[in-house]
Amino acid sequence: MSAHASHAPNRSGLWDYLTTVDHKKIAILYLIAGGIFFLAGGLEALLIRLQLMYPEIELVGAKTFNELITMHGTTMIFLAVMPIIFALMNAIVPLQIGARDVAFPFVNALGFWLFFFGGVLLNTSWFLGGAPDAGWTSYTTLALNQYSGIGVDFYVLGLQIAGLGTLIGGINFLVTIINMRAPGMTFMRMPMFTWSSFITSGLILFAFPAITVGLVLLMFDRLFGGNFFNPDAGGNVVIWEHLFWIFGHPEVYILILPAFGIISEVVSTFSRKRLFGYSSMVFATALIGFLGFMVWAHHMFTTGLGAIANTLFGLATMLIAVPTGIKIFNWLLTMWGGQIRFPTANLFAVGFIPTFTIGGMTGVMLAVPPADYQYHDSYFVVAHFHYVIVGGLVFGLFAGLYYWWPKMFGKMLNETIGKWNFWTFFIGFHLTFFPQHFLGLMGMPRRVFTYLKDQNLDMGNFISTIGAFGMTIGTILFLINVVVAAKSSKRAPADPWDGRSLEWAIPSPPPEYNFVQTPLVRGLDALWVEKMAGNKGMTPAEPIGDIHMPSPSFLPFLMSLGLFVAGYGFIYHNYVVVVIGLLLTLGCMFTRSVKDDPGYHIHEDELEEKGVKA
Amino acid sequence: MKGWQQYWRQFSLFALLALVLTGCGKDELSALKPSGPVAAMQFDLMKLSSAIMIGVFIVVMAIFTYVLIRYRKRPGQQGIPKQVEGNHALEILWTVIPFLLLIIMAIPTVTTGFALHKEYPKEEAVQVKVTAHQFWWEFEYPDLGVATAQDLVLPVGKKVQFVLSASDVKHAFWIPALGGKIDTNPGQENKLWLQADKTGIYYGKCAELCGASHALMDFKVEVKEQADFDTWVANMKGVQAKEPVTATSPLAAEGQQIFDKSCLGCHAVAGKGGKMGPNLTNFADRERVAGIKAHTPQNIAEWLKDPQKMKPGNKMPNLNLEENQVKALVEYMETLSVSEKK
Repeated sequence: MSAHASHAPNRSGLWDYLTTVDHKKIAILYLIAGGIFFLAGGLEALLIRLQLMYPEIELVGAKTFNELITMHGTTMIFLAVMPIIFALMNAIVPLQIGARDVAFPFVNALGFWLFFFGGVLLNTSWFLGGAPDAGWTSYTTLALNQYSGIGVDFYVLGLQIAGLGTLIGGINFLVTIINMRAPGMTFMRMPMFTWSSFITSGLILFAFPAITVGLVLLMFDRLFGGNFFNPDAGGNVVIWEHLFWIFGHPEVYILILPAFGIISEVVSTFSRKRLFGYSSMVFATALIGFLGFMVWAHHMFTTGLGAIANTLFGLATMLIAVPTGIKIFNWLLTMWGGQIRFPTANLFAVGFIPTFTIGGMTGVMLAVPPADYQYHDSYFVVAHFHYVIVGGLVFGLFAGLYYWWPKMFGKMLNETIGKWNFWTFFIGFHLTFFPQHFLGLMGMPRRVFTYLKDQNLDMGNFISTIGAFGMTIGTILFLINVVVAAKSSKRAPADPWDGRSLEWAIPSPPPEYNFVQTPLVRGLDALWVEKMAGNKGMTPAEPIGDIHMPSPSFLPFLMSLGLFVAGYGFIYHNYVVVVIGLLLTLGCMFTRSVKDDPGYHIHEDELEEKGVKA
Repeated sequence: MKGWQQYWRQFSLFALLALVLTGCGKDELSALKPSGPVAAMQFDLMKLSSAIMIGVFIVVMAIFTYVLIRYRKRPGQQGIPKQVEGNHALEILWTVIPFLLLIIMAIPTVTTGFALHKEYPKEEAVQVKVTAHQFWWEFEYPDLGVATAQDLVLPVGKKVQFVLSASDVKHAFWIPALGGKIDTNPGQENKLWLQADKTGIYYGKCAELCGASHALMDFKVEVKEQADFDTWVANMKGVQAKEPVTATSPLAAEGQQIFDKSCLGCHAVAGKGGKMGPNLTNFADRERVAGIKAHTPQNIAEWLKDPQKMKPGNKMPNLNLEENQVKALVEYMETLSVSEKK
């Protein structure tokens, strides 16, 4: 094949996906990998709830229980919801801004494979001598060699590799959104999902280096006898907490902001109204992102920072309620006066509002330090963050998946199964987590593998476990729905929901070059503007011409595989393996640097054919 | 959405509320039943913040329910709804009101915050040094010259100033009914004051994941009348000043021999023995075995036969005792009392 090939390289099946640099296929990879990890994390959650169904039962031992809670938290945060967010960002953001691609397609693929191999490395710990058991926060000193097993090494290395992937993914989206917007797509015309993805990417840029620094220090403590966190040798146990939460708190917003974006899109589309208070929504999103960096110590009120630090961090935390409140009321007012339809996507979006409001309210309650001394590390906190992360983020992701599934896969998800999915998941969720507020106040600490009889904790725990079954049924129904949709022969139309933003202007699923002609954007809700002007589609901003595409590459896979191998070398102190792995990665980097690969062009004639077919 | 689905949701929430609120937990444990000024101040803040938040929730839910019922798409509905850009007055309103609500919460937050962080000198408060271990609690009264473990003994109605640390990993010291909570950091000291206004037994917990038996790291707080507390201190001091009590029966004497040979290396009794494990001077007076099980000879025997079974990951080795040795040890340990036998 010549340097300027005029045809797409012929690749199919697995090989296609292993080498793809197409953001839409990477989105599908993220969705599949994230979905599998979500099921693993869900299974862990179910085992946790079964163990706590009755007092003093022995289903899994104490040690296994600690492994389950650690892996449940780590998996859900890093390996399940983050990748599914990335899946939606990859699938939708370039379309929403009218771009043909992301800024760095190769880097985008690399980001996925790093996340994937990091996640696999972490999960193999189950079979290689025990999973990490020091909690998803891995507080030192418990996470040091003296007190925990090899599992924490898997945590330290798996998360470093996966974190690298997330960081470069975030940078890619920052550059894409800044540089790749179609003519006329000013910042203040960007859809809310793109806005929230933009701010999330900014948070990733600043938050992930903090966890990386923490993980490197912990790695030195564990593998090379460093003493950063070992109090017996003059180390400080509180420094880890600061590093972890300087990352960990913004992480909460990295997770929830895209969900806010999804809700804004879904609520406005299904109310047939533009988003109420768009500019205040943008402002609120940015403000939440900013404040997210200022409040990390509210996870540490009981660490002993003193009255002044606690009070300041408490008051700063309360402030976040203001922009969040603005968002809630803007959504309500978006629906006000609309024509609200309730397909499953909107059911999840509408179910999100009261649920997330409860999570936000308990968040403000937690921001009162003297009261937090009672809530902290109790089931009240467990209830709070599940209301935010499941009730907010997972509801948001379900809404987004039902909404954008036709765009991603060209098939509609079944609405009847979807509604069952919503109601079982919604009721199961509240049954699971609502009683946990009370369990915490009644004296149940979090992360306990059992509780004693005669403490009045039995009924709440029992109800909570029953609810977990409801959420399980909801998740299974979603999987069934995916299979049903895949088997159905009916193709989704380009614009099934009467959409407002650019992604609905092109076929479902979009051709590999997205837009035949880059669209000209003439206002907020670009497609809606054209519809109201009586136009059939977007006005093009350029004549039809050859489209330049990047070449697929196997290097991102190999590069990540190298780090994966090196990771095992570090865990087992086998430095030959470390060198082999790092050489593979560096060799790939070298190849990438010296090999000239100018990509290929899709020719004009070919283009029209494809456009018609798709 | 159909109206009935709305009711369904609210019905399930209210059913839950009714179910859970029927009990507010056990008096000895629940943070909802404060038994001292610290827990009471914290409970007041909880009530204030949850009242404000429930108010906000009602407003949100009222608008939410109205909107969903009033503006759902009806069959045959034509036309396009008005595309409203926003409303400055409204947006300012729902920015300012939360600010005001937050200020209402902020004022008691600041005052209570500083009140709870006061430190009381020994003239005003009983001083207790707490050291957390995997998976037990060590309590020392430096001014009274007394040390105990697992069962914390306090006088009623008097401030107690705790100084807390940990010997191995991070734990957290929590007595919900008296007030919460502070971490015990290895290599550092934290301070906390509490006060119990009623005599009785309260339950304490470790709240920070600290290893396999984190869930079982409970302790008891025995709050006594001042006079009873003084007697207890005097008795403890009396016993600690001299050699361990002589055994009262032949079986107990045999137990004492085994104890002196195998246990004193780690456990202190009276003025003798090590500090690796819990101080056992007043073992027979304790409310629980290992902090969790009922204080019965069977449970003590079960612990002695296999300490890892009751509390996995704890540091006590299995001594491989024979049945009669266990019996003798139990007999002896049940004599380790500083007060009238229960």
